[in-house]
Amino acid sequence: MEVGSSTIAAGGPASARTRGTGSGDLVPGKLDGTVARVLDWLRRNLFSSIANTILTLVVLAVLVWAVPPFVAWTLTDATISGSAKSACSGDGACWTFIRIRFPQFFYGHYPSEEIWRVNLAGLLLAAFSIPVLRDNVRRRGLWLLLLLTAFPVLAGILLVGGLPGLPYVDTSRWGGLMLDVLIAFVVVAGSLPFGIILALGRRSQLPVVRTLSVGFIELWRAMPLLTVITMSAVMLPLFLPEGVHIDRLIRALVVLVLFNAAYMAETVRGGLQGVEVGQEEAAYSVGLKWWQVETFVVLPQALRYVMPGIVNNVVDLFKDTTLVTIIGLFDILGAVNQAIKDPAWLGLAHEGYVFTMVVFFACCFAMSSYARRMERRLNKHRTGKR
Amino acid sequence: MVRRPSRRAYIGQWVLLAGVVGLGWLLASMVAENYARKNLHFGFGFLADQAHFDIPFHLISWDLFDTYGRTLLVCFLNTALVAAMAIVTATLLGLLVGVMRLSVNWLVRNIALAFIEFVRNTPQLVQLIFWYVGVLQTLPSPRNSIHLPGGVLLNIRGLYVPDAVMRTDGGLLSWLALAVLVATPFVWRLRIGSVRVGPKALCLPLLAVALFAAGIDHIEYPVLSGFNLAGGTQVPPELAALWVGLSVYATAFIAEIVRGSIEAISKGQHEAALALGLKGWQRLFLVVLPQALRIMVPQLTSQYLNIIKSTTLGAAVGYSELMQIFAGTVMQQAAKEVETMVIVMAIFVAVNLAGSALMNWYNRRVSLVER
Repeated sequence: MEVGSSTIAAGGPASARTRGTGSGDLVPGKLDGTVARVLDWLRRNLFSSIANTILTLVVLAVLVWAVPPFVAWTLTDATISGSAKSACSGDGACWTFIRIRFPQFFYGHYPSEEIWRVNLAGLLLAAFSIPVLRDNVRRRGLWLLLLLTAFPVLAGILLVGGLPGLPYVDTSRWGGLMLDVLIAFVVVAGSLPFGIILALGRRSQLPVVRTLSVGFIELWRAMPLLTVITMSAVMLPLFLPEGVHIDRLIRALVVLVLFNAAYMAETVRGGLQGVEVGQEEAAYSVGLKWWQVETFVVLPQALRYVMPGIVNNVVDLFKDTTLVTIIGLFDILGAVNQAIKDPAWLGLAHEGYVFTMVVFFACCFAMSSYARRMERRLNKHRTGKR
Repeated sequence: MVRRPSRRAYIGQWVLLAGVVGLGWLLASMVAENYARKNLHFGFGFLADQAHFDIPFHLISWDLFDTYGRTLLVCFLNTALVAAMAIVTATLLGLLVGVMRLSVNWLVRNIALAFIEFVRNTPQLVQLIFWYVGVLQTLPSPRNSIHLPGGVLLNIRGLYVPDAVMRTDGGLLSWLALAVLVATPFVWRLRIGSVRVGPKALCLPLLAVALFAAGIDHIEYPVLSGFNLAGGTQVPPELAALWVGLSVYATAFIAEIVRGSIEAISKGQHEAALALGLKGWQRLFLVVLPQALRIMVPQLTSQYLNIIKSTTLGAAVGYSELMQIFAGTVMQQAAKEVETMVIVMAIFVAVNLAGSALMNWYNRRVSLVER
C-alpha cells in the first residue's frame, strides 16, 4: 500500500498536468536543447519528489534483476536452428521445438499437402473482414452480411472439401490455432444475431417474451463456461434420439453459441438503451412497423454504440476457445499439451506455453487496441456533435 | 413505452411459449427414452451411496466409505476455499495495481499497464496451466525446498506454511474471536445515545486477533524429516496454482475497474481535499476511494462472480473441486451424467443469482444515500 499512497501523494491534481506535457510542449524560453528537455522529463516523471525517487530506484533495481535473465533466456542464449532437442545445448529457450512443431500448433493434423486450403481460408477471412473493420467505408452493412454469409460457405467448402480436386478432410483432423479461429468465427457469427434477438426480447413489452429472454440470458450467464462445454460433451448425446450422432466439434459449437449469445445480448442491450426514444417515436410516426423500426432505425444506431463492447466480447470468447482442450478437441493448447509430452522433446513446457501466450497476446492485443481506438473515435464523434 | 404491441403480437408470444415448452418436453422425453434404453433410472438416490475413492485434498474429514453426498460437500468447500482465497488476493492486488496505473511515476505507471495488458490478452486457462506445469512443477524436491520468510517452505509438493497448534482449551477462545469478528459490522452501525460507533468498531477485529493469539499453544514449523516434510500445513500445488492463476487474472481486471472508478471521481474532490491540507494517503483513503467504491462495487461483484465460475478451471490442473471430482469422477463412477451436471449447474446458478441479488440490493441502498 506504501507504493500506492506515496505516488498519489506526490501526484494529486498535478498528475494530469504532468502527464499531459510529457516530453514536448514546455514553457517556451525556459529550457532549450534536447539534454535539458530530457532532464526535465526525467525530473517530472521519475524524480519529482523524494518518495518518487525512491520508488523509481526500487523499480529499476527489480527490473535490472529480472529483465536480463529473461532476455538471455528468450533471445541471446536461445536456439532456433537444428531439428532435434540435441541442437538445444545452450541455457536459453529451445525455439527449435516450436519451429519443428509449428504446423501442428497452427493446423493440427490437417494433411500437410492440403494446408494451402487453410491459408487461403485465412486470407479470405482477412479480405472479407478488412472492409468491415476500416474507419470510413461505404456499405459496411453489406460487407458484414457477406462476411457472415458468403465467407462461411466458401471457407466451409475449402476446409471440409469433398469436391473433385479438394479431398475430404474430417473435422477430427482439424486443430491448432486454426481450430481456435474457426470456433471463434462460428460462435461470433451465430451468437451475434441470436444475442440481438435476445436483447430485443428483453426489452419487449410482451411479458412472456421478456420473461423467456431474461431467463435464458441469466441462466447462461450464471453457468461457468467449462460446465457448459462439458455438458456438450457428456449430456448433449442424451438429448438426441438413438443412433443420431453429432460431431463433437459441432456439439461444442452449439453450446458455445448459446452461451455467448447471452453475453452478446447484454452488450447489445446497453446500446439499445443508449438510443434516444425520439428516434423510435419518429420512426413509428412515419408509419413504420415494429420490425422496420428496429432493423432500420434503432439497431443501426445501437450497434454502432456497442461495437467496442462487441469486439471485447470477441476477444473474451477467442481466449475461451482454449477450453475445448478439456473435452479433447485438439486446439493450439491441446497441441502444445501433447507436444510437450513427446519423449523426444521432454522438458520444454516453458517454450510451449510462452509461445501459446505470445500468439494469443498478438491476436487479442490487436483486437482490444482496435476496440479502444473505435471507442475514442465514437466518443469524439458524439461529444463533437453536441 | 412508445407503442403498445398489437393484438397479434400478444397472441404470438403464447405460441412462442408453447414452442419453448414443447422443445423442453421433447428433450426431457428424449433423455427419459435414452435412460430407459440404457436401463438407468433418473434420480438423486445415488447421493446416499458409498463413494469408494479418495479425494486428495479435503477440508473436512473424508473416508473411502463416505457417501457421494459428502463428496459434494467436500468439493463445494474446496471450491469455496479457493474462490475466497482468490477474491481476497485479487482485490488487494487489484487495488495496488489500479493505483499504480494512476501514479505520477512513469515507470510504475507503465509497468502496471504492461502487466494488465499482458494478463487481459492471454487465455486464463493457458496462464493457469503455465503456473502449474511451468512454475510449480519445476520447483525443487522437498530436500532442497526454497525457504521463504516466516518459515514458509516451497517445493514441488506445494507450499508448507507454519501451523498454529491450539491449546486444548483454546477452542472456546477461537470461537469467541470469530463471534467478535462477525459482530464488528453490526457494532459499527450501532448508536450509543446519538453518537454512532463507526470506525471505533475497528478495535474489535484487533480484539479478535488477540483472543485467537491467546489460544495458540505454540507454532509448528514445517521441517524436513527423511524425504518428506513434517509439521505445518501443506497447500497442495494444485490449489496454489489455481489460487495464483485466478488471482493474477482477476487482478488485471480489478485494477482496470479501480482505475476507472478513481478517474471518474471529479478532480474537484481531489483539489478540495488538497486545499484542506489532507495528506496523500488521507486524500486517497478518506476522500477518493470511498466515493470510487460506489462505482466500483457492482463491477467488482461481477468480477467476484467470474472468479467463482472460473474455479471450475481447477479441473485442468487436478484440484479437487466440483467440476473435477463431482462432475468428473462421481459422474463416471455412478453413471449419472444428467444428475451430477444438474447439481453442479444448480449450485453455480444459485450462487450467481444470490450474488446479483446482493448487488442490486446494495445499488438501491447506495443510490438512496446519494439523494
